[in-house]
Amino acid sequence: MTVWIAVAVTALGCYLVKLLGLSVPAGLLDRPFVRRMAALVPVAMLAALTAIQTFGSGQALVVDARAAGLAAAAVALLLRAPFLVVVAVAVAVTAAVRALTG
Amino acid sequence: MATEPSQIPIERTSIRPRAAVVRDALGVGVAVGLSGFAFGVTSAGAGLSLAQTCVLSLLVFTGASQFALVGALGVGGNPAAAVAGALFLGVRNAFYGLRLAQLMRLPRAVRPLAAQWIIDETSAVAMAQPDRRSARLGFAVTGASLYVLWNLTTFLGALGAEALGDPSAWGLDAAGPAVFLALLASMLRGRQEVLVAVLAVALALACLPLLPAGVPVLVSALAAPIVLALTRRPEASR
Repeated sequence: MTVWIAVAVTALGCYLVKLLGLSVPAGLLDRPFVRRMAALVPVAMLAALTAIQTFGSGQALVVDARAAGLAAAAVALLLRAPFLVVVAVAVAVTAAVRALTG
Repeated sequence: MATEPSQIPIERTSIRPRAAVVRDALGVGVAVGLSGFAFGVTSAGAGLSLAQTCVLSLLVFTGASQFALVGALGVGGNPAAAVAGALFLGVRNAFYGLRLAQLMRLPRAVRPLAAQWIIDETSAVAMAQPDRRSARLGFAVTGASLYVLWNLTTFLGALGAEALGDPSAWGLDAAGPAVFLALLASMLRGRQEVLVAVLAVALALACLPLLPAGVPVLVSALAAPIVLALTRRPEASR
């Protein structure tokens, strides 16, 4: 039940946020500071999520096969690989390293 | 009110050929749409039901928020913190909407429908177009192809997750962070962005052992105002 509530609140919130941007007068949110914050908060959160889901195991920090997969994904990104290839490389390398070491 | 171009024949002389716009849009829509498979598997692996997983893709339809939510729920994070993280990530779509509203000038009746498709990829394709008609076309084709494929592959991923067994044996636990990294890479354009990313990683890893699951990500969001305060002139912080 809690999960359904979380799903519903996220769905409603994410939709309203999308609609808000499309509906409000441009001047209201369109201020330099607000714009910069809007650009930088996702950067912070995506960086944090990448780190946590790569090195986190419960509340412990570990370096395992995921780190190798993400390193490979970073190389793919530097080589300007398409989005799907980047994700596939991360998955394949993680699986390969896990199979070889586990 | 915008001039209404939908019934006017295409003028190939003054605007981008429709085929080129459609090709760009489909390229993005198909590639990213297929990664819904990784979301489906991840969500099922995190313990969400098939219905919950599909509802997320149908109604939330913004990948980073979806991955963040199921990731936080999957490790037993506080649901409120998990939702807050997903919503924080979704806020950037409001700012895409602002720019798209000016760019596409959609009729009022279409806005509630178009809003659901305002995500990183549709915004990127629309904003890359030189004129209003191409922007509308690019947005619609990217949105439609991505929405259909993302939901289809979410369903297949969640359905197949059981057959796959342990998703981590297939390396699928790396799909979520790889999606985040790919989105992040496209945003790292300036010095402030890089500083924010580095500080956010440091905060996240420092907080992870100390705070309940889901909370370290919220703490890391503070990297944005901290870097802004340290690198901007004081009058801008009001």
